Amino acid sequence: MKPSTPLRQRMLGEFAITLPSMIWLCIYFVLPTLIIFAIAFRSKGAYGGIGDTWTLNTLAELRNPDYPAIIWRTIWMSVICTLATLAISVPVAYHIARVSQWKRDILLLLTIIPFWTNLLIRIFAWRLVLHPQGMLRNLLISLHLIDPSTVFLGNPIAVLVVMIYTELPFAILPIYAAAEKFDFTLFEAAMDLGAGRLYAFFHVFLPGIREGLMSACLMIFIPLIGSYVIPDLVGGKDSQMIGNVIVRLALEQRNLPAAAAMSTVMFLIMSLPLLYYLKYTTAQHAKEVAK
Amino acid sequence: MEEFLKFDGVTKQFGHLKAVDDVTLTINRGEIFSILGPSGCGKTTLLRMLAGFEAPDTGRILLAGEDITDQAPNVRKINTVFQTYALFPHMTVRENIAFGLKLRKLPKATIDQEVDKMLAMIQMEAHADKKPAQLSGGQKQRSAIARALVLKPSVLLLDEPLAALDLKLRQRMSLELSLIHDEVGITFVYVTHDQNEAMSISDHIAVMQNGKIEQVGTPAEIYEAPKSSFVAAFIGDTNFFDGTITCVLDSEYCEVEVPDLSKKLICFNDKKLVQGDSVHLSIRPEKFSISLDRPAENPRQNVLPAKVEDIVYQGDHTRYWVSIAEDWRVAVTRQHNRFLLDQRRITWGDQVFISWQADDSFMLEQYREKDEDLLQMPPQNVGEEVPGAAVTAPEPSDTSVAPADGQATGQEEASQQ
Repeated sequence: MKPSTPLRQRMLGEFAITLPSMIWLCIYFVLPTLIIFAIAFRSKGAYGGIGDTWTLNTLAELRNPDYPAIIWRTIWMSVICTLATLAISVPVAYHIARVSQWKRDILLLLTIIPFWTNLLIRIFAWRLVLHPQGMLRNLLISLHLIDPSTVFLGNPIAVLVVMIYTELPFAILPIYAAAEKFDFTLFEAAMDLGAGRLYAFFHVFLPGIREGLMSACLMIFIPLIGSYVIPDLVGGKDSQMIGNVIVRLALEQRNLPAAAAMSTVMFLIMSLPLLYYLKYTTAQHAKEVAK
Repeated sequence: MEEFLKFDGVTKQFGHLKAVDDVTLTINRGEIFSILGPSGCGKTTLLRMLAGFEAPDTGRILLAGEDITDQAPNVRKINTVFQTYALFPHMTVRENIAFGLKLRKLPKATIDQEVDKMLAMIQMEAHADKKPAQLSGGQKQRSAIARALVLKPSVLLLDEPLAALDLKLRQRMSLELSLIHDEVGITFVYVTHDQNEAMSISDHIAVMQNGKIEQVGTPAEIYEAPKSSFVAAFIGDTNFFDGTITCVLDSEYCEVEVPDLSKKLICFNDKKLVQGDSVHLSIRPEKFSISLDRPAENPRQNVLPAKVEDIVYQGDHTRYWVSIAEDWRVAVTRQHNRFLLDQRRITWGDQVFISWQADDSFMLEQYREKDEDLLQMPPQNVGEEVPGAAVTAPEPSDTSVAPADGQATGQEEASQQ
């Protein structure tokens, strides 16, 4: 008698189902990533290509005095943008989860509709909004709300605003999914036991949608680390991020090994939260199995 | 008993629906008070207004003389045990129970001490550090009760607290609830659709229907002297007879002519009705005697010939379905307090006699057309068929097969005639 047979069959079945996507990921994700890792250790070709010897010199090339500041800026801008996006998304998702079904559908639709417009077009729209001769700036100046010397475009604030705007749906949707499953009786229970609304929000609601918050964090933090279009189009010299450096290395300086090395650095920064998430979810899973 | 909690003309409307319709209700200090009714009768809305989650449109709610109508739920000295328990899933049992105490900013030592006391009372010391997901239904239930009781509320609200438990656990928890009540001595307001639960633990019961209180009384009053056919039908099983008074015998008894029955019935006339009035009688199945031989004549006793249609043996008693006229079946219960093996037993198709004392029928208000709906309304317990002639709010312990549905509506049709 093999009591483990059903389990083994099930695992085999799961494996079979996962196989095609695994192959896909290997060909189009794992393999290219490894190639980029490898290129980082190749020498530079004379005319912008990849040389045919192995070298560690590329790493030395990364010792550009500007880079630490750019890497640091990439991290803090991504972190601030992630936090700000979450701070906006949580109340929005909470609201969507609490309204009636038809209002909910409308609000979700409004969240998703901007997706249907190309990212570049939306960014150019923001350029118009933030433009020195744009309506927003003129309006605020005429209302004496801002100093006429204020510039909107070409600084980190502009980059942050547009990044938050682009990432909002990616945060609202997973948080909404978690909030929708949240049992709002718990809210009443907290109030019943003497909690105020704010206390209940922070001590009952937020822990209740923790999974949604985690996945929202990942969904937005990782693309943010790699963003280059937004800093390129609405940012200035002082708002360059790693993505812009990589583009410059690869396309302007034609230094593919250096670009690959920079990409590796970015990959390592990104994998930190991923590793944490992986550790967190496996710990959760282990706990559930232990039950 | 002292008046403690009072609903004073409370009304609550949701859209066009009057969920609670001008309810005035008084609850005594320290009692277990049940609000009983089918789902949608407004009992939960009443409870939610008491907890502070809904505000009444009109009327007041008084607690120990103080108007609490506009008090927020987190200020009221009233705590709730929710139907789904609503334990915080990310906290352990201990943290759940301590939640309210922490909000009161008590010193940690005091909190620990209080929580330990509660854990001891609900016998959950061994599970104190488990999360709700790791608990059984009964343990969750007890944790939810402890979490509410640790705050020493004046009133504990219980919203269908046993509905999510299986039968055996439900019986045990209902007993445990009574014990906890005896120990803490505070007022319990208990909302349920299960008449057995309400009967077994309550000091007083309010029966609700369509947002209105139908009757308030002790379990015995409600069962023995229901004020309306709805109450009679909802609490326990009963048989209805409709007829016209043809003769008032003396100050206490009268004769009633019931269409389709060969004989006039003699009834206790507690409503002091006069000749020509139509009456609606309720007779509980256990009030009937059933026998193979015609019982001795007695001027205060009714005897009807009947034919046994169905027998449901239940160990301690047997439920007979007998037809007393074409398409008219009544339920008769016989206790097995004496069982003789050699006695000829009543079996299917037997011609029998059912008899009852004139005092055992109970006059209800005149039967109205609209009652038809509620008589056919299945009680809330799932998995129970509604046996036909008698309108039954079934006992959860009823494991037997109910009679076939095809004959189910016989009596109601008959009583309309």
